[in-house]
Amino acid sequence: MDSSRRKFLKIAGISAVAGIGAPSALNMLMKNEVRASSEGGGHGAQTDAHGGEGAHAAAPVGKRYGMVIDAVKFHDTPGLAEKCIEACHSYFNVPNFGNKKDEIKWIWQMPFTNAFPGDESHYKKDERTHAMQFMLLCNHCDNPPCVRACPTKATFKNADGIVMMDFHRCIGCRFCMAACPYGARSFNWRDPRGSKDGVPFIKKINPEFPTRMRGVVEKCSFCDLRVKRGLQPLCVEATGDTKAMVFGDLNDPNSEVSQVLKARFTIQRKPSLGTMPSVFYII
Amino acid sequence: MLEKSLKGNLGYWAWVLFLLGIIGVGVICYIVQYNYGLGATGMSRDVTWGIYISQFTFLVGVAAGGLMLVLPYYLHHYKDFGRITILGEFMAIAAVAMCMLFIMADLGQPMRALNVVFHPTPNSMLFYDMIVLSGYLFLNVVCGWVVLHSEYQGIKYPSWVKPFIYVSIPWAVSIHTVTAFLYCGLPGRHFWLTAILAPRFLASAFAAGPCLLMVIALIMKRTTKFDIGRVAQDKLVTIIGYAALLNFFFLGCEIFVAYYSRIPGHMHTLDYLYFGLADHSTGEVFNNLVPFMRASVVMGFAGIGLIFVSRYLKSDALLALSCILIFVSFWIDKGLGLVLGGFVPSGLEQITEYVPTFVEIGITAGIWATGFFIITVLYKIAISVKLESEKAA
Repeated sequence: MDSSRRKFLKIAGISAVAGIGAPSALNMLMKNEVRASSEGGGHGAQTDAHGGEGAHAAAPVGKRYGMVIDAVKFHDTPGLAEKCIEACHSYFNVPNFGNKKDEIKWIWQMPFTNAFPGDESHYKKDERTHAMQFMLLCNHCDNPPCVRACPTKATFKNADGIVMMDFHRCIGCRFCMAACPYGARSFNWRDPRGSKDGVPFIKKINPEFPTRMRGVVEKCSFCDLRVKRGLQPLCVEATGDTKAMVFGDLNDPNSEVSQVLKARFTIQRKPSLGTMPSVFYII
Repeated sequence: MLEKSLKGNLGYWAWVLFLLGIIGVGVICYIVQYNYGLGATGMSRDVTWGIYISQFTFLVGVAAGGLMLVLPYYLHHYKDFGRITILGEFMAIAAVAMCMLFIMADLGQPMRALNVVFHPTPNSMLFYDMIVLSGYLFLNVVCGWVVLHSEYQGIKYPSWVKPFIYVSIPWAVSIHTVTAFLYCGLPGRHFWLTAILAPRFLASAFAAGPCLLMVIALIMKRTTKFDIGRVAQDKLVTIIGYAALLNFFFLGCEIFVAYYSRIPGHMHTLDYLYFGLADHSTGEVFNNLVPFMRASVVMGFAGIGLIFVSRYLKSDALLALSCILIFVSFWIDKGLGLVLGGFVPSGLEQITEYVPTFVEIGITAGIWATGFFIITVLYKIAISVKLESEKAA
């Protein structure tokens, strides 16, 4: 057999093997994707802990936590937002460095254009919406880009949909911060346990929750430990009877949050990105 | 073979001492940063990656650019590149070493870096980046060293190294592709979210890598007896010229898509980089990268024009100048604009500008000096061996 013929046969053989193998491999990869997106419109697809990206997508069973924020009620009740933020930040030992560069925040307020960029209409500016401030926090996405990006599984998704942080595993690469489209994540640029001019960055340390060390990322945890004990997240609790925030199981059709979502028109932040946020807004 | 690096003239030792001095400054700056935290840099909640990650991105390109020197020789038996192949491999070693140092400098918890290995996460692009970068370092150390050592001993290199050489060629493409995937797979970062990011990275890499090599080769031509030869030089001009043109073609494609579609998210960062971007609410215009980015375009085109003229005039001085122009142009484009621009505006439509601190610049300079130190030592060995074996032949 001359060499060019042998070469040809070799290449033909290899391509045949690749041709047979590739579609089935592709199919295997695609199957999970299709299943994950066809079931329950995303909310309900349950994934295993430590972020298996829809690999174990199943029927909407189990808990799937979410939240509805009524921006109108916040607008009409001055001081309510500050109360929520204080409840969260004081419990979780979120430091205040007094400058924007080092800023750490788990929940905060911003105007419509910042909270919903690209959604504002250019000509018709309804004044009330534009005067409103919106409570922003981690969206605990169904399809979290931060979990996908993290190289150490330091950020991962619980079975109940809560996106968690392991402060002890985080290497501080900040890939998750680049990946998050919502600016929900903060980095400890310096030691949060320190102080400046005698004023500590954490006003009063709450011994119930650990302070962080410098060089790790942190964010809202939907108060996972309270939720596990059957309590409401601290921010929700702080809104009291106003019902400005409603938290609960999105998979349970009878839960208060599901009822509100059924009855009211709500919007999500950047839904076009396919992250499927778990936080909804009434505007 | 290492002993070759210990014999040099006064100029050689002065250069080595100079580099060691800068490395020392870098080490001191790193101690400051390590003790204070990354707050010692100019990075912020909105601009979470700064000059470290942008240098890393650029240098992955320089490492991948070595491919353009290796491929013609080993794959096309282009004999005139025989003298520079080893230089390409050794440049890649230095560049990858710098990449790794820049990643380490950027970590908030560097002591935990090995968590990437202990908790391997195949859905993270950083995981693959670790694999391809360390693999590329290994391949270049093996191929470069074995081939050169064989020449040192006056024999042909052993055939077992051949597969490694062939693997290193697609591997070079992979390192820059995966590095582009770090950026272009992130939803909500419009500037990075483009399918031609990897091709654009490769085009600029295939120009910037050979440019650096050419400048070093021209310096060596004057200071040592080592000359890569007119033919190789002219061929490199072709490679650099076309790769640089491709890079600008890709940039043009980006600009067309953004400004013809007029989708705000696609235009914002380009506005910020080349014209300045005004804040929604305050109207304040932010533009601290504009002079750099415009200079990058001018220097790039000037460099492309001049490099072909230099070949026509057979002028080494002009060739060196045009290579420096192209290298600096692409360094600005990728080593500044690409990474920093991606964070403006932020996911919350806010504009925060980034300015590196002295500590940050000190560390950056220290790492670059480390890279040049590695290049100096390796090139010293390489050209000593080459000159000796040629004398013997």
